[in-house]
Amino acid sequence: MSARKSERLLNLVICLLVARTYVTKERIREVVEGYAGQTDDAFEKMFERDKDELRDLGIPIEMGTIDKFFSDDVGYRIRRDVFELPEVHLEPDEAAVLGVAARVWQHASLAEATTSAVLKLKAAGIQTDQSALSAIEPHVGASEPAFDPLWSAVVSRTAVRFDHRRSGATEAAKRTLEPWGIVSWHGRWYVVGRDRDREATRMFRLSRISGNVKTVGAAGSFTVPEGTDMRSLVSQLAPKRPTSEAKVRARSGSCVSLRRRANAIEPYEDGWDLLQVPYADSEVLAEEIASYGPDAVVEGPGDVLDGVLRRLRTVAGVAVAKRGRG
Amino acid sequence: MSNARDQVQRLLALVPYLRENDGARVDDVAAEFGVRPKQIIADLKVLWFCGLPGAQMGDLIEIDIDAAEGDGVIHLNNADYLARPLRLAADEALALLTALRTLREVTAGQDRDAIDRAIAKLETAAGEAAAAQEGAAAHVHVEPADPEIAATVNRALAGKRRLHLTYDVPSRDETTERDVDPMRLVVSEGRTYLEAWCRLAEDVRLFRLDRIAGVKLLDLPSEPPPEATPRDLSNGMFQPSERDLLATVQLAPPARWVAEYYPTESVVEGTKGSLIVKLRVADTAWLQRLVLRLGGSATVLDPTDLSTEIAATAREALTAYDDLL
Repeated sequence: MSARKSERLLNLVICLLVARTYVTKERIREVVEGYAGQTDDAFEKMFERDKDELRDLGIPIEMGTIDKFFSDDVGYRIRRDVFELPEVHLEPDEAAVLGVAARVWQHASLAEATTSAVLKLKAAGIQTDQSALSAIEPHVGASEPAFDPLWSAVVSRTAVRFDHRRSGATEAAKRTLEPWGIVSWHGRWYVVGRDRDREATRMFRLSRISGNVKTVGAAGSFTVPEGTDMRSLVSQLAPKRPTSEAKVRARSGSCVSLRRRANAIEPYEDGWDLLQVPYADSEVLAEEIASYGPDAVVEGPGDVLDGVLRRLRTVAGVAVAKRGRG
Repeated sequence: MSNARDQVQRLLALVPYLRENDGARVDDVAAEFGVRPKQIIADLKVLWFCGLPGAQMGDLIEIDIDAAEGDGVIHLNNADYLARPLRLAADEALALLTALRTLREVTAGQDRDAIDRAIAKLETAAGEAAAAQEGAAAHVHVEPADPEIAATVNRALAGKRRLHLTYDVPSRDETTERDVDPMRLVVSEGRTYLEAWCRLAEDVRLFRLDRIAGVKLLDLPSEPPPEATPRDLSNGMFQPSERDLLATVQLAPPARWVAEYYPTESVVEGTKGSLIVKLRVADTAWLQRLVLRLGGSATVLDPTDLSTEIAATAREALTAYDDLL
């Protein structure tokens, strides 16, 4: 049965592809093997389903009026220039990397989509090379259940609705989003888009989405603003650029991460160095200094010092009091 | 197994592929398309019944089925109208281009140049699949490493040379010096790692590129011993060992992220929005630093002597500030 259906579908594609103009449904029924002998009803259903399946594969079946002067008969066609992969000429070193690209996705449906894309390029005569860059293995996974529906929504430009729990919050809130894109940051996926209720650009972490992602409305129902760049949006997740500098005493041979980015390191008293450490957020730096315990002593500024003291006192079980100045 | 939809998708690539590769072997084609040879024969038998509408003899695709079944060689003719594959679908273009852009981030020199050119050409070919445009729709951030260090590591891998590394180990708060035999470059969770045979540890180790403080290309070949097998990273970079200490930690709301960030053995909700997690700890110094960093948002419930020890460390750290108080 399945082979028969494949034959019918492929014959339908060829029929619409080689036609010079729109082909009527009646003509299709006559010439495409498999439609003849069906009742009117069965044929209608079959033809509708076949069209849907082919469009689903990305085959552009167009509908139009056959002869604008003499009749209103509609028909179907596939425009070759829209159907075919355009000419692509890749130099050997350019083609070689395609084989590696096919190994990047660790996620089943994306691995499949990439493999299918590479196959099309191979079918167009491009020779890939499995052994190229064989020592490089970037792996990108996506284990979040929300990934598949959001990826599809991004590709088809369909709005979505989901429950999302903010960091630290216990209750989830319902969000309606026009998903512009999807980004991975340190192994975690985020979806970015326009939040319809808040009428603003928002970013949501996929691991904090619970339950099903439901589509809202039809595909292609929004446009992504010109110049939207996922890379610049993701930079919101990056630590801010340092604007201040703290003085930190570090025991010799310790505080590796502070030393590595210190603007200056000078010897202090025996067994200690004095580091000038750039930072953007005093609380974040205080966390790092506190983590080194007795190996790091901050001299200032005061807000970093306050942050370090507050953390150490809480962990030490010492009552937290305001530091008295002078 | 193959439903009609998958089969038609494959056939639309198979026909132009076979036109490009006349005399291709069934086994090779099957491997290329990721199906069994039997499936390729079944595909050919479908194609045998396909052709120009009105299907007169002579209008059908010609396939030498005997040669395919007997000699395992495929010859296909009379399918000029399917000379080119179907264009890339939006999801295919986006998946492929995102993969290439990710790959780009970890390559250097000529390889990176080749990838850039390939990306530009494929973006043009993807055309209408507008979602594939640069920077839109999907992006995988890979933490950039120092370009000179990355270039040296790439050179060592390409030329199979030994490297000397100055490497920071934050979990033990130390900087180490070691010679390594590079095996491969891995990207996982947005960071690049060099997997190498470490001649100091005499074991396979992963070195995060942004923690390599210095690198020197040695005039020696890279010679990982036969027992140096790449690690299976399918379960993530960090695979806690059963032998490691099992600690129980209570995480107040500001520290709940720890449960998502580090591998845990169990997570249960505690009081006042806290989480109680059990995690494997290879080095107690690491857990101590984590608790000090979290400044009271995390409490070690078990082992209790570790909790006492951490409090003592915090008190010791506070003595340095005595003159301030």
